[in-house]
Amino acid sequence: MLDLSPSDIDAITLSLKVGAWSVVVSLPFAFGLAYLLARVEFIFKPVVSALVLMPLVLPPVVTGFLLLLAFGKNGPVGAVLDQVFGISVAFKWTGAVIAAAVMGLPLMVMGMRISIESVDRRLEMAARTLGAGPWRTFFTVTLPLSIPGVLAGAVLCFARSFGEFGATITFVSNIPGETRTLPIAIYALLQTPSGDSAALKLSLVAIAVSLIAIILAEVLNRRLSRPAGHDGA
Amino acid sequence: MALEIDISTVRGDFIVEAKFKIERGITALFGPSGSGKTTILSMIAGVVKPTHGRIVLDGQVLFDGAAGMNLAPEQRRIGYVFQDRRLFPHLSVEKNLLYGYRLLDSNTDAQKPADVIALLELSSFLRRKPETLSGGEQQRVAIGRALLMSPHLLLMDEPLASLDARRKAEILPYLERLRDNVRLPILYVSHDEREVARLAKRTIPVIDGRAIGSST
Repeated sequence: MLDLSPSDIDAITLSLKVGAWSVVVSLPFAFGLAYLLARVEFIFKPVVSALVLMPLVLPPVVTGFLLLLAFGKNGPVGAVLDQVFGISVAFKWTGAVIAAAVMGLPLMVMGMRISIESVDRRLEMAARTLGAGPWRTFFTVTLPLSIPGVLAGAVLCFARSFGEFGATITFVSNIPGETRTLPIAIYALLQTPSGDSAALKLSLVAIAVSLIAIILAEVLNRRLSRPAGHDGA
Repeated sequence: MALEIDISTVRGDFIVEAKFKIERGITALFGPSGSGKTTILSMIAGVVKPTHGRIVLDGQVLFDGAAGMNLAPEQRRIGYVFQDRRLFPHLSVEKNLLYGYRLLDSNTDAQKPADVIALLELSSFLRRKPETLSGGEQQRVAIGRALLMSPHLLLMDEPLASLDARRKAEILPYLERLRDNVRLPILYVSHDEREVARLAKRTIPVIDGRAIGSST
């Protein structure tokens, strides 16, 4: 219908792949951070909270630059990855995943934090009196009750990662087939004299993906806010 | 089967203390709201840690402040029926009922689900979600859920307080059946004199945070 060229399809496929891996990579970190922020009181909580949200307000080019410093061959993280594991993420699609995950993390943590905070702790206490230890209580009560928010956060993170531009192009540049994601392909098309119509087609894809993700997240959040244990008396 | 407690804790600017021994049958903790009744139940269940004292259930020490001994709620085998019921909204009535039952050792002499379901007449809504039940029905499920963990003691915190008169009248016969059929010590918190007179064989008054049972 849209009549996409092979390189357009490459870019879309790559963005889908980066988005999916970004969700997988950030999910455990995001849930851990969200749980920490929702349930544990500690002195540096505002600082941790601010650091998590930072990518949301920091210019993406700065985030990308910081990633380059950290994950470059001589960077503190990059050197370890290179010398110990023999892997390099700079200018690789895996680097695009890292950039996307960092940029998507705040949205994921925010959604999850709200959903964990909304779980009624009195239900967890009830589970404890019924013989469930802390872990079993977590997996049978806390997690299932917060799952809509966790999924909503994951969907938004996917959408954010799918369209990540600034940090990605700074960190891993624009290599066709390797790091040229959909937004980077759009940017490249706009740099060529006759690229406007192709750019428009890819933009429509981006709009569709974003719209679907936001609607999905909204539906999931609605399920979460439905009152639980409502009194029928 | 007996529960023996001698405990105290500080709640805000007032002291809650309880010292009594109860045996099989319903014992009421009777007093106005805010007198510390729920705090006493919470300490017995292990939800709130007493600052001092000792809790012994059937010869097993659950809490001993001096010895630094404090069993977690899940290790106490105490059924707790909450005023606000606290049914799990994501599970069916049946799964709510079996939540504690499924965690029992296979060699425990457990309450049989069929017996409890019959006693409380729950069979018609096993597949429904708790939110579709009336308040009285939810309370029956909450009682069944607590019974099915085969507790050594049952705590009931104002199980009728949030129900209207009609629902109360509806559930009272179930509580009487429970009292007459289940061989357990039951500690029943209430501020309603008539309810206590109808259900309990013994009453321990709670006045300004103090619940002291007679020596008998």
